[in-house]
Amino acid sequence: MITQALFRALDKKAIWLVAILLLAAIAVPASNLLLPEGNPLRLPNYAVPLFGKYLTFAMLALALDLVWGYCGILSLGHGAFFAIGGYAMGMYLMRQIGTRGVYANPTLPDFMVFLNWKELPWYWYGMDNFWFAMLMVVFVPGLLAFVFGFLAFRSRVTGVYLSIITQAMTYALLLAFFRNDMGFGGNNGLTDFKDILGVPVQAASTRAALFAASAIALALAVLACSMIVNSKLGKVMVAVRDAESRTRFLGYRVEYVKLFAFTVSAIIAGIAGALYVPQVGIINPSEFEPANSIEVVIWTAVGGRGTIIGPIIGAILVNVGKSYFTGAFPEYWLFALGALFVVTTLFLPRGIVGLIGQYRAATTKREQHTPTPKQVEAGADPQPEPAE
Amino acid sequence: MNILRHVAALLVILGATFAAIPAQAQIADAELTTLVDALAPGSFKDRETAIGNLVATGDQRAVPVLETLLEGELYVDEATGKVVFTAASGGKGAISDPVTGADLSDLDEDGLEKVKVNNSLRRVLRTAIGQMTLLSDDSNTRLSAAQSVLRDADPAQLELLDSALAAETDGAIKRVMEQARAVIMLKSPDATIEDKAAAVPVVQAIGGRDALNTLTTALANAPDELKPAIQSAIDGLARDRAAWDVAQNVWFGISLGSVLLLAAIGLAITFGVMGVINMAHGEMVMLGAYTTFVVQEIIRQNAPGLFDWSLAIALPAAFLFTGLVGVAIERGIIRFLYGRPLETLLATWGLSLIIQQAVQRIFTANIREVGNPSWMSGSFELGGLAITWNRFYIVIFAALVFIALLLVLKYTAIGLHMRAVTQNRRMASAMGIRTPLVDAMTFGLGSGIAGLAGVALSQIGNVSPNLGQGYIIDSFMVVVFGGVGNLWGTFVGALTLGIANKFIEPYAGAVLGKIIILVLIILFIQRRPRGLFALKGRSIEA
Repeated sequence: MITQALFRALDKKAIWLVAILLLAAIAVPASNLLLPEGNPLRLPNYAVPLFGKYLTFAMLALALDLVWGYCGILSLGHGAFFAIGGYAMGMYLMRQIGTRGVYANPTLPDFMVFLNWKELPWYWYGMDNFWFAMLMVVFVPGLLAFVFGFLAFRSRVTGVYLSIITQAMTYALLLAFFRNDMGFGGNNGLTDFKDILGVPVQAASTRAALFAASAIALALAVLACSMIVNSKLGKVMVAVRDAESRTRFLGYRVEYVKLFAFTVSAIIAGIAGALYVPQVGIINPSEFEPANSIEVVIWTAVGGRGTIIGPIIGAILVNVGKSYFTGAFPEYWLFALGALFVVTTLFLPRGIVGLIGQYRAATTKREQHTPTPKQVEAGADPQPEPAE
Repeated sequence: MNILRHVAALLVILGATFAAIPAQAQIADAELTTLVDALAPGSFKDRETAIGNLVATGDQRAVPVLETLLEGELYVDEATGKVVFTAASGGKGAISDPVTGADLSDLDEDGLEKVKVNNSLRRVLRTAIGQMTLLSDDSNTRLSAAQSVLRDADPAQLELLDSALAAETDGAIKRVMEQARAVIMLKSPDATIEDKAAAVPVVQAIGGRDALNTLTTALANAPDELKPAIQSAIDGLARDRAAWDVAQNVWFGISLGSVLLLAAIGLAITFGVMGVINMAHGEMVMLGAYTTFVVQEIIRQNAPGLFDWSLAIALPAAFLFTGLVGVAIERGIIRFLYGRPLETLLATWGLSLIIQQAVQRIFTANIREVGNPSWMSGSFELGGLAITWNRFYIVIFAALVFIALLLVLKYTAIGLHMRAVTQNRRMASAMGIRTPLVDAMTFGLGSGIAGLAGVALSQIGNVSPNLGQGYIIDSFMVVVFGGVGNLWGTFVGALTLGIANKFIEPYAGAVLGKIIILVLIILFIQRRPRGLFALKGRSIEA
């Protein structure tokens, strides 16, 4: 019965996506671990964590899409939730180092010994327990989003104002985490990880497992998001995006709908961050940079917001491009990224997915049934003139 | 023995002083040269006598000789016994005559020997110099001498000071001397209680940290009956100090606030009229700063004499350049994104990346230093405040820009149109206002003001491609805090944030202070989602 409800809630595309992700979760580790060196189908060792990183970025973009694409909340601070999730994982990994640190202190991480701290701060308690740390990965970003969202949505902070204060939030966290006395390693962040769940982080098998975990987590996030957006609640979210006041006057508690979307989205972002950290091996305050959060927005926009598959495509494409560009022409990457922002907003309001939809609509001559993105734009959202 | 010798030297000097007071004239070069040459031969005791004789002449030309001797840089030519200056002792040529300044380079440098001094002679010299300068004819010399006595507060100089005080006619110098005397009184163990009691209010009147230190030291050594008076003087000084500290913080706050105002006001106008946040605003500031740099480079290469005018040239240049860039951005990108403020935000962010990267390609990522014109360098004191000229002029400049903008909005046609579009775009359009033109003009104006801000910022910091990034978030905060559609909102927002920042900083540190401000703004937005000065009307619920 549950499976039936699940299938009803999912559209075909989402099922395909989940299937592809699960396939990747098996195929990539298998190709890396089972095939012999030199086999053309074998993935090199460096590629596994790299692809895993792309998947966590895709998950972050999906999280942002849930609030921006479906609920109309442009958060410029989603990188903060990602980073907090990452820090929670980083704290767990730091505690696993144990006596193998430079100062060989069994409980205190090196940077605390360096700062001459005598005991663990209270917020580090329990972080040596994996399950407790994973609880924190979910709980802390969720709580921050809940409190922040509760305050912001209750007093109807919307539009550009909301974007700016989310940016202020991540900027404040950036400054805070740079401080040494916060107890999160200051400028250097947390790094030099050794073990995760008793196995070495750097090992090829661990990396393959982390990739699989990322793919499965992303698949679960896709399932969760498409269940949400296909439910009645999801329809209300879209209604909030398109005409907030109207939805409110129809009797919906807009602020609770937004709060729900924002909190769920922050939790997904936090999990993505937690998967990101062991694969790149470091978490530092620069993850809180407002610029990072804005970059996430462009991944989502490039892929196509308001779709489940769009942000995933966007995140992976942009990051593959970034890896290529920063290697081949480092000085042109920011030009390319900047141009991407401008071109996407001007010519691709619905992203790549929208472009494909448009193309398909044009070739199958079914314009009457599937409105082109232009019509969606114009019909769905008679945006009032700004600051009238 | 030593002490006796000092007393004797002092007596010689004092005796000479009284004789010298009426005869503050120059004596013949030859006579002075003889006296100066007498510094070299004989024992230290002979030198003391020679110093006393020099002081007795009252000739100001002797002062540099004595000062040079004190530094141990006075030389004697062994063959002729002539005392000379060398390059090290500040003479013009390699070797020169200390009296006439004549060039004596033909003397053999190897034949020169230092005129030796010991510690007791140094003390004698200091007294002698202080005495010659305190009794000089030139009031500036007397003033600086009095200030140096005040600084050193050596009880040994008391009698000398008294004699100078008796002869002094200039009120300002007399006051400094009295202050110096009071400080010496408090320090001296021999002074009577009455003298000390009289000195306390004088020292308190000096004010500042040094006076506080003097009084605190005096309190420890003072007899009991004097303690309450000193304590109350200390309390008074501490109160003054606290008040000046507050004033200093307010000044720093105003200074920061005016910088924020300059950076944010263009943002506020465009946000007010067009409802879009221009993320490339910081880059407009940066372009303005680079315009200043380019103007200065051109001036340096072609007309160095005009350097003090470089800012006057850079201001219109920066305004025009960034203004044109702004119009180009509006016509090229933003007008296609109407009604989609969030997309505008993204597109302008992309632009900011491109502009930053382009500037980095052209000027490299190195930090460029933009020079201060002479009239903007240095600082002045206002009571207990130390104010640097560049900060001072930036506050004035920000005020001028603000007033000019108010006048433009109030009394010009384009200002009227801008206000109309801010209040109700469709109605303004229906009344025949060409809103696209107003939009372009507004964006150009906002960007132009950002350029002006860049010129100002180049005067208080270095110029680098990410200069704008440092200010952009603060500018957003100002706009969000102050509300849009009203310049006064930006004004109040900028000054409030500036001053609040500077008041929190001493207690919490710069970084934590900034975090606190950000959190306070986030909380404030909950109370007033549209800022301090929100536009009223139904259109707000957009």
